[in-house]
Amino acid sequence: MKKYLKNFYKYRFLLYEIVRKNIKLQYRDSVLGIFWTFLQPLLTTIVLVVVFGHIFGRNNAEIVNYPIYLLCGRLIYEFFTQSTKRAMRSIRLSASVIKKVYVPKYIYPLANVVANYITFVISLSVLACFIIYFFFFSGNPPHLTGWFFLFPVPILILLLLALGIGMILATLEVFFKDIEYLYEVFCLLLFYMTPIFYQIKQLKITSPIVNRILMANPLYSITEMFRCCVLYGRALNPHHLLYALGFALVVNVIGVWVFYKNQDKFILHI
Amino acid sequence: MGTPAIVVDNVSILFNLNKEKVDNLKEYFIKLVTHKLHFTEFWALKNISFTVEKGERVGVLGFNGAGKSTLLKTIAGVLKPTEGSVRVSGVIAPMLELGAGFDMNYSGKENIFLYGATMGYSRKFIEEKYDEIVAFSELQDFIEVPVKNYSSGMRARLGFAIATAVEPEILILDEVLSVGDAKFRKKSEAKIRSMFEKGITVLFVSHSTEQVLNICNKAILLDHGRLIAQGSAQDICAQYNEMVNSKK
Repeated sequence: MKKYLKNFYKYRFLLYEIVRKNIKLQYRDSVLGIFWTFLQPLLTTIVLVVVFGHIFGRNNAEIVNYPIYLLCGRLIYEFFTQSTKRAMRSIRLSASVIKKVYVPKYIYPLANVVANYITFVISLSVLACFIIYFFFFSGNPPHLTGWFFLFPVPILILLLLALGIGMILATLEVFFKDIEYLYEVFCLLLFYMTPIFYQIKQLKITSPIVNRILMANPLYSITEMFRCCVLYGRALNPHHLLYALGFALVVNVIGVWVFYKNQDKFILHI
Repeated sequence: MGTPAIVVDNVSILFNLNKEKVDNLKEYFIKLVTHKLHFTEFWALKNISFTVEKGERVGVLGFNGAGKSTLLKTIAGVLKPTEGSVRVSGVIAPMLELGAGFDMNYSGKENIFLYGATMGYSRKFIEEKYDEIVAFSELQDFIEVPVKNYSSGMRARLGFAIATAVEPEILILDEVLSVGDAKFRKKSEAKIRSMFEKGITVLFVSHSTEQVLNICNKAILLDHGRLIAQGSAQDICAQYNEMVNSKK
């Protein structure tokens, strides 16, 4: 254990450099640069508000503040899928380095998730703007209470979850490239399974099995907790907290285990 | 002499050579079900043992496919030996392929820090060496240009400059001195020679006995994954030349 920590300490600069590189290169050559982390969620949320709030004309009146509700879900979903997809491809994309130089391989999925997390945290400023705007200029303002300050809890669990899933996907991807396409489909499914633009109770699901499946989605617990903090101003549901945290921890144990079991074989497959 | 720099203890490496590369699920299952997953066992290295003392400069000779690069990769820690063990004491700078750690979209300057970090050095440390690296690589005018626009010679120069500037204790050179123009080759040989005085340990792979004699004082000879001879550079080079001639 001590050996691993020592090794991680030695390569902390590499982690820093790769995180830096990912963030810098993501927006290089675009005119607006890093401003896109802010602009992209803003614009896509407007699209979703127009589509699901107006065109389809759903009855969203019972949701406290629909634009904020949507943005919370969208930000969390987007971070989760982007970071896990990047982590999944990271080992294969770094093949030229891994084949020639010794580096601890977990640095790559880790750095990709962390880099995405940093842009995610920056993009939370859009949410801050939304909250401030709707707090003052809306008949349906978000309920801001002391619970607001618990918002780091769900997003830290989210980071943990993305790391674990990222490690598992990175390992799988080395041996079976097909997982990239399968995961793409899974992400689409996840988009509809996670209450991003709807509320589960609105669906009036009668089948307990479907209901259970929707509840089993850890992103559901995380988005609900996040909304409790920044939108409803309510206490976190302890069931959600325990479930999401437990799920994330189990996924991490599995992720680290499969990664360590297989990392010496990576070089033979990439 | 103290502790030796590199101890290779009875190292063997086994590769499973699939007849075809299987990397998607469908193929894998079809082959698994129809029992067509054939692996051919191939020992790339077999029972290799040798010791390199600090300050020794060892040439690694052998024909294509003799296992030279596999051996160096094992010492660099990229490959794990199937059997046996490798112990290395000291900071190792692998130059298996110059510029392997570069990101093509990154500028030369940014790549210096990235490559430095790949070898485990801090940004601060590389900053101190930065001017030296740029000066040695002679890339002052191109340092802000993305590396994808570099020629292979420029990339090699930058890679060489970084790997030698950090003053490693063990240098692994895999045919890297054959890149670049004659002028840079001379310069890099001189640079390596100046590092000898600081007691650097060198592992050097080359097909040119001339270069090996120039740089090394000891040598080992590999053939089909086995260590067939070790000794002074002169003796081993003579034996290698004999092998070359007898194969003709």
